[in-house]
Amino acid sequence: MRYENLLDSLGHTPLVGLPRLSPSPEVRLWAKLEDRNPTGSVKDRAAFFMVAQAEKDGLLSPGSVILEPTSGNTGISLAMVARLRGYRLIVVMPENTSEERRQLLRMYGAEIIASPAAGGSNEAVRMAKQIAAEHPDWVMLYQYGNEANARAHYETTGPEILADLPGITHFVAGLGTTGTLMGAGRYLREHQPDVKIVAAEPRYGELVYGLRNVDEGFVPELYDESVLTSRFSVSSADALRRTRELIAAEGIFAGISAGAALHAGLGLAAKAAAAGERAGIVVLVADGGWKYLSTGAYSGTLDEAEARLEGQLWA
Amino acid sequence: MAIEVRIPTILRTYTDGAKQVEGTGSTLGELITDLEQRHGGLRERLVDDGGLRRFVNVYLNDEDVRFLAGLQTPVKDGDTVTVLPAVAGGAR
Repeated sequence: MRYENLLDSLGHTPLVGLPRLSPSPEVRLWAKLEDRNPTGSVKDRAAFFMVAQAEKDGLLSPGSVILEPTSGNTGISLAMVARLRGYRLIVVMPENTSEERRQLLRMYGAEIIASPAAGGSNEAVRMAKQIAAEHPDWVMLYQYGNEANARAHYETTGPEILADLPGITHFVAGLGTTGTLMGAGRYLREHQPDVKIVAAEPRYGELVYGLRNVDEGFVPELYDESVLTSRFSVSSADALRRTRELIAAEGIFAGISAGAALHAGLGLAAKAAAAGERAGIVVLVADGGWKYLSTGAYSGTLDEAEARLEGQLWA
Repeated sequence: MAIEVRIPTILRTYTDGAKQVEGTGSTLGELITDLEQRHGGLRERLVDDGGLRRFVNVYLNDEDVRFLAGLQTPVKDGDTVTVLPAVAGGAR
């Protein structure tokens, strides 16, 4: 397929069947391969929509500075869009994220401010808000609360999925900013009222939850509980195991958050099969495995990989 | 047998540093009340007038209880309950 430029090639990612992981011909799993986006992740959709909206609102002009807290993929997507549009990008990123992300960001010309590993993304968000307050002329797109993030999925991801699988019964995706689930979830529910919208939330090692007290927790402004049917917490061990199964059974080399979504999807598939119900379950593969190679997730035994992943942000 | 409850680091001051504790009850609410008898102060960190506190997530066998029946969620021996503070997710 031919496009005028890279940004025009956004979306329209393949939905591929997972015949070996599906329990029966009546209960089928499908993977939405978001690694087939311009910079290799689902975040290209949100980044493009957020920048386009900010341009429309007159917030950005050539040479503007964009500031964003991100654990990686959003930063990489924004760095690409910023480069093509002539903006400067500064990302606030937890130090416990993979080296590949840092290299990619620098390659695209982004500047990185490291936030402490303890506290994970919460701390990156807090720092970014503080820096933004000190630099009123910088534009923080703020993916956690930017309606254009969820709208990207309402206008693109959701319609693509429904067109490819009109009989969808379940949509499963990772829960971070919640933009994918909120946007695609709302669209799918409007057109298929019985569809189940299911979140797979990464459960990290203890370091990441290192808050001073529970009142310092964080819930993204975009999050609307009523869109979800259920929400599962998936351990690093389960996510890793499923990521490897995706390679072994279906040949798909995905990032670790895809393993978390698959873990939830397989649970739903088993339940449907046991109840004798038909199911069409879409699992969103947010990115490929390339950016996680240095974490050791794909080498050695599962126990070794899990130990190496301890304390790292993998989604 | 009892119900296993996993406690996050920041709440272990109420469990003498224990990572996991055990309790009984037929619902999550009863389980938390039971825990409070041995781990005074814990209940208030988890629950307020409106139910579970905003920045606290509780999972029954990995499923968020807010999508089950909240504090009325039935629990039984052999279940695992995990308490976690709300964090900014993956933020891919």
